[in-house]
Amino acid sequence: MRRPPGSSLVTVYLARRISTLVATLIAASLVVFALLAVLPGKPAQVILGTQATPESVAQLTKQLGLDKPLWQQYLDWMRGLVTGDYGNSYISQLPIGHQIAQSLAVTAPLVGLGLAVGLVIAVPFGVAAALLRRRAAGTLIAATSQVGIAIPNFIAGILLILVFAVKLGWLPASGFVTWSTDPWQAFTSLVLPGVALGVVEGALISRYVRSAVLEVLRSDYLRTARAKGLSRGRALVRHGFRNGSIPVLTVIGLEIPSLIVGAVVVESVFTLPGIGTLLLQAVANRDLIVVEDVVMLIAVTVLVVNFLVDFSYRLLDPRIARA
Amino acid sequence: MSSMQVTVAPVEPLPEEELARRPSGGLAYRLLHDASALVGGTIVLCICLAALVAVVWTPYDPLAVDPSHALQPSSWNHLFGTDEYGRDVLSRLLAGAKLILYSGAVSVAIAVAAGVPLGLAAAIRGGLIDDALMRFVDLIYAFPALLAAIVLAAAVGASTTSAMIAIGVAYVPVFARVTRSSALQVVGSEYVLAARAYRRSTLAILWRHVLPNIRATLIVQMSLLFSLAILAEAGLSYLGLGTPPPEPSWGRMVEEAQSYLSRDPMLAIWPGIFIAIAVLGFNLLGDGLRDVLDPRLRSSR
Amino acid sequence: MTLLAVEDLTVRFGDAAVVADVSFELERAGRLGLIGESGSGKSMTALALIGLLPEEVTVSGRVLFDGHDVISMSEARRCALRGDRIGMIFQEPMTALNPVMRVGNQVAEVVRLHRGGSRRSSHERALELLERVEFRDPPRIARSYPHELSGGQRQRIMVAMAVACSPALVLADEPTTALDVTVQAQMLRLLGRLVSEEGAALVLISHDLAVVSSTCDRLLVMYGGRIVERGPTATVLERPRHPYTAGLLATSSAVSEGAARGPELPTIRGSVPAAGRFPAGCVFRSRCDRATDECKTMPPLEGDEHAFACWHPIEQPAAASVGGEA
Repeated sequence: MRRPPGSSLVTVYLARRISTLVATLIAASLVVFALLAVLPGKPAQVILGTQATPESVAQLTKQLGLDKPLWQQYLDWMRGLVTGDYGNSYISQLPIGHQIAQSLAVTAPLVGLGLAVGLVIAVPFGVAAALLRRRAAGTLIAATSQVGIAIPNFIAGILLILVFAVKLGWLPASGFVTWSTDPWQAFTSLVLPGVALGVVEGALISRYVRSAVLEVLRSDYLRTARAKGLSRGRALVRHGFRNGSIPVLTVIGLEIPSLIVGAVVVESVFTLPGIGTLLLQAVANRDLIVVEDVVMLIAVTVLVVNFLVDFSYRLLDPRIARA
Repeated sequence: MSSMQVTVAPVEPLPEEELARRPSGGLAYRLLHDASALVGGTIVLCICLAALVAVVWTPYDPLAVDPSHALQPSSWNHLFGTDEYGRDVLSRLLAGAKLILYSGAVSVAIAVAAGVPLGLAAAIRGGLIDDALMRFVDLIYAFPALLAAIVLAAAVGASTTSAMIAIGVAYVPVFARVTRSSALQVVGSEYVLAARAYRRSTLAILWRHVLPNIRATLIVQMSLLFSLAILAEAGLSYLGLGTPPPEPSWGRMVEEAQSYLSRDPMLAIWPGIFIAIAVLGFNLLGDGLRDVLDPRLRSSR
Repeated sequence: MTLLAVEDLTVRFGDAAVVADVSFELERAGRLGLIGESGSGKSMTALALIGLLPEEVTVSGRVLFDGHDVISMSEARRCALRGDRIGMIFQEPMTALNPVMRVGNQVAEVVRLHRGGSRRSSHERALELLERVEFRDPPRIARSYPHELSGGQRQRIMVAMAVACSPALVLADEPTTALDVTVQAQMLRLLGRLVSEEGAALVLISHDLAVVSSTCDRLLVMYGGRIVERGPTATVLERPRHPYTAGLLATSSAVSEGAARGPELPTIRGSVPAAGRFPAGCVFRSRCDRATDECKTMPPLEGDEHAFACWHPIEQPAAASVGGEA
């Protein structure tokens, strides 16, 4: 008999995974920096416009620290990221850290709401599609999810606006008041965007839930559970839930980037002042340092979430607790 | 105690419903009898036809502005109505089909052209190249297609080309991964070992043995990726980071129509429906192709 | 006294009957061996006995357990029987246990389900059961996950779950097939001991004559979903009448070496047809050397103690050749 995993094994695993994570993050930062550093056109020139004198351009370049060698600019930027000093926007001169924090207060709840809506849709429909697979209802659910996947979230958003804002007038179609001003109104502004984001994810995830449940239904251990006297439903809940959630968790992990990127688009549909809006404005204004910071923030989030999902398998599935 | 020779397999297989409905016959026959492939194939064919027609003829010039006929509802003159500049929506939708096929094809081509050789190299050489590839895959994973396109648009400006490149590059890892894993199965097989024993060159082995065997998987992936590329392109044009105006693209048509949502909702809904149907078509075609060409992967998505 | 009476049990997948007109009885504390190649319908028969057949099949006939028909009773009553009055052991110890649940909890679950009581008391009962299936360190085993145990250990967990509630009947479907040869005998001894301690009846399903003959006092030989021969173990093994049984014996060297060296026994040619592809009439005639036109009609299963379904049974060997045995 093999021994259960010792804590030292977990430490080794963590150390290895974290070092990979850090290496990937550094590589990602290099990509972002390089892409924006080598592009034609000096930021100072862009900011000041074509009318600016060479002297003022040179002065602004120096002021922004863009006259230093590239490696030093990179190190300065990295130091800022690590210490939380994100610098000031080229354009508005506002501290970027503050802007990002404000935007996150919109985007983070939006992504959370989207994921929640997605799961609320995916789990019951996926389970139903699996249990009813031989009936018309099961086929109908599977076909509906196929259609749901094909609808881009911005179209879903516009349809929701059309029905719930324009026709029924139940919920706001756009805009956002801060949480501190009116938490309830802030929440209602996020309902339609959250649903728009979640419906499409839900359709996708429901397909994976369906196949996970089918897998469980076919399993020998479920038959054993039935042979022990558990009813069909109880056997499925007691023995299927944890087993079935392992593949579904994989998909959720893989879908986090889509949710974040989806949020960028959905914010644009509902004109919410979130990370996406901040990023798109910065792109439009060629406010490169903001673009760099926000892109890096998203990349870090994606990689860290991926890491956490990976780690949570180990809690769910004792078979991969070693290795 | 000795074992018996009578029993071949100790497990009594439970007949699954799949076994019962596995049609026989040629490839075309099987494709026509797979509901997904049939519906998906028909949709894709229709889009291709629409795009072809749009090359030579559209009911009106998709760019012709006519302020006196702005925001008209559906009529025999303008089947899907006109937009805020009086442009014929049907003509713009047809022209948009051309764009969506073109940009989708280029994106997929980039992903294939870079991803397949990478995957093959990783499978054949293994070791360092394999490790490097997997790290690269991890890295690109942090930059979803749309995010990559946004960065690229910030760097070089928004255009169809930058959108296509960003989407293509973002999906390179998908192809590299799929190619690697299916090529690994072939490379380990006995006939490749035999070919190696005859000192066939690596390229010859790849060309004669590996590629034909992973072709089905790649075709399936290309179809599924095409739908993702359409989604990404539509999203980018909606954000104003794809094809710049006045060129008609479905995503941008939705964005432009949004301001007139209460006056003329169909203006936004038509391009939305077209995008959804195009994505659905390529998804269904991909699923159908997988069922027919590559039954091993059936359950995976 | 009869514990289990199966009457005309038929199981169909669409048009194909995987179990056809199977009838037999089992006494309390009796031990019945069900043998046949894969595809003979023996696992389906076992699943029918506890009402766990796949959804898509249709079942007819009766399975009377203690006088109550398992097939027509409500699902709730079947659930109350399973695990309590009827314990079941499956073939695949690798996959039959829940991979993400500690085995102690899996054993305790069946106790708690049918006997109630606190979490703690059912867990203590589980530890006792683990000790009864000869684990030296029950608390440690109880904390393990299935993947941390060997195949034999996992199968012992299955046995512990099957006998947890002192059942009247234990169904064991190929309990030793997936195990190493060295632990097979040990496993059978353990199973035999626990079943007699509980006073339970046993239905042991196997393709391996050696396994069945060492454990069971009566045999049912199945082929093509039908019973082709049945009788007391010694009689069937020493004087097989159906050519299929004789063929099985011939290929099982362990049994044939120990058994009387009668006339050269025929081996079985060909392989088992797929479900639904068995010939009409005698299901075995497509592989039988003795088959004639007569075999196109179904032979009835005839005989009292020792019955067989064959138009051209193997002749009784000279009675003298049996004497040296036993």
